[in-house]
Amino acid sequence: MNRRDFLKAIAALGVGGAAVYKGSNHLKAQAAVMKKSSEAKLAGHWAMVIDVSRFQKPDDIKQVAAACHRFHNVPKIDDPDHEIKWIWQEDFEHTFAELESQYLSEKIKKMDFPVLCNHCENPPCVRVCPTKATFKRADGIVAMDYHRCIGCRFCMAACPFGARSFNFIDPRLFIEEVNPELASRTIGVVEKCNFCVERLAKGQEPVCVKAAKGAIIFGDLDDPDSTVRKVLNENFFIRRKVELGTGPSIYYVIRGGVAGA
Amino acid sequence: MLEKALAGSKGYYAWIGFLIILILIGLAAYLKQFQYGLGVTGMSRDVTWGLYISQFTFMVGVAASAVMVAIPFYLHDHKAFGPVVILGEFLAVAAVIVCVLFIFVDLGQPGRMLNLVLHPTPSSVMFWDMVVLMGYLLLNFIIGWTVLGTEKKGFPAPGWVKVLTYIAIPWAISIHTVTAFLFAGLPGRYYWLTAIMAARFLSSAFAAGPALLIIICLTLRKLTSFKTSAEAIQSLAKIVTYAMIANVFFVLLEVFTAFYSNIPGHMAALKYLFAGLDGYNNLVPFMWTAAVLAILGITLLLIPRMRRNEKVLVAALAAVFIASWLDKGIGLVLGGFVPNAFGKVTEYIPSLTEVMIIAGIYAIGFFVLTILYKVVIAVREQSPNAEH
Ligand code: SF4
Repeated sequence: MNRRDFLKAIAALGVGGAAVYKGSNHLKAQAAVMKKSSEAKLAGHWAMVIDVSRFQKPDDIKQVAAACHRFHNVPKIDDPDHEIKWIWQEDFEHTFAELESQYLSEKIKKMDFPVLCNHCENPPCVRVCPTKATFKRADGIVAMDYHRCIGCRFCMAACPFGARSFNFIDPRLFIEEVNPELASRTIGVVEKCNFCVERLAKGQEPVCVKAAKGAIIFGDLDDPDSTVRKVLNENFFIRRKVELGTGPSIYYVIRGGVAGA
Repeated sequence: MLEKALAGSKGYYAWIGFLIILILIGLAAYLKQFQYGLGVTGMSRDVTWGLYISQFTFMVGVAASAVMVAIPFYLHDHKAFGPVVILGEFLAVAAVIVCVLFIFVDLGQPGRMLNLVLHPTPSSVMFWDMVVLMGYLLLNFIIGWTVLGTEKKGFPAPGWVKVLTYIAIPWAISIHTVTAFLFAGLPGRYYWLTAIMAARFLSSAFAAGPALLIIICLTLRKLTSFKTSAEAIQSLAKIVTYAMIANVFFVLLEVFTAFYSNIPGHMAALKYLFAGLDGYNNLVPFMWTAAVLAILGITLLLIPRMRRNEKVLVAALAAVFIASWLDKGIGLVLGGFVPNAFGKVTEYIPSLTEVMIIAGIYAIGFFVLTILYKVVIAVREQSPNAEH
């Protein structure tokens, strides 16, 4: 073996070694995914049915929102220009502006509706994002990569539901109690509800679903036997701005028959 | 050739010094924004784009308008435009630089701007806008600089430049069309959701851009050895006239569709802009000023006696320019955010920091423009065939 061949052999070893190393890493990653999936909640199309009439007490929705915001390290900024919100309440007239009528019953008029990202089937926010920082997962969840977001806010102009918030000021100064399990956001990025992907990966239901004690039903629309499908089958429901074709995955049920509606 | 920008009169140095001061003020303001975030601007959760994006939109139009000199000259051999073509091209260069800066200062995470290139996303109109703007910047710079370089040596421009000038024509149309698509394809933003958005953009651009160019030409005529012919000025003025008429016509089409159909979403923004909505009426005086100036400008431009009087002409062009700026540089972007997704109105007032940053960016634009024009004039003064 002359010197050149020797060097070649060394190089080949190096490449091979790198390949083995890479391979082992790959296997590890696969194992991690498998481990995750064994306990993770999986679905073809995650969706929520919100039974609005079950949010009866005035603070019911606020408590759900507080639980969500605490878990996700959402800052509490009072200035409405800069506030960050993942889930919050609006009245009927503002949630369903196009359904407004002067003859609406007092009961409906006074009702509060939880509003959040609709995890749209054809999300315009995903379409316009220039970096794929907002993307749609195979299970229908519209998620975000906060490290990739450049803060152009095109998604906020595109979302017809006002579901997105932008960190105009440093959010970390406004988190009362940091949840160490999850990251917080930096200044200059957009954020919104993510259907608690972190909890789903561990086989847990979203925080709001848990906090709402049955008023929010979460499940797989693709599964005909799921609770969400059953509830939709048995009740009349409305979604926000269906005429825009985004296909919201949040369904609102207003129970109570004629007396209620 | 750049060395020609170094020597100049006292007035030239004073102007450059003034621009540098504005740039430094803008830079200081930007550093503040960089540190505290976009919270120092007047933008909010409901009005997420403000004057930065609206200035960007307006200036893309100014950049595209170079084509209004290029088409008559390159395609129809309108000789009077010969000396002016390069001014149009360099105006486009300066305008695109301004556009890029406005996008930059609007970003919440400017350090990640390269993500646009690292994660190219063809479904996003912003991706295409970046592609066409960069291409347009290169085209105009290469064309202008090469033509000037050969002119200095007394040669005709090489053949490949001619090819580039032909490519630049549809390219100019594309930059403003794509910019219109940033807005026109968004569900639920009814003021922007209109098929004639790109047509409106182009018409207002072809009015405002050449109006600015004429004013620049007349200023240069007064201050320098660069004398644009009256014929070129008058031809450009006619272009401004008809483009502005088309622009006003398109706005009226929007008004008809919104109010005859009586669809609330389509009427809301127009009501907000021209009459106020739910008691919010910040923009009403601006929009009516725009309307009055537009009509005034068109009237003056349409009467030949008025148009030929260069003093009146300047006033008419200023009216057209300001009207287009109020409509597109303010009303268009802000109107699109009213009402918000919940039918509520949030108003936007730019902060002082924001205004200083904007002034700084425009100063950079004027700085680039001044340098480029200085080189043009110096080369022309020495060139063997000075009249072209
Ligand atoms: S509600 Fe808005 S943010 Fe959520 S997926 Fe739909 S468009 Fe995107």
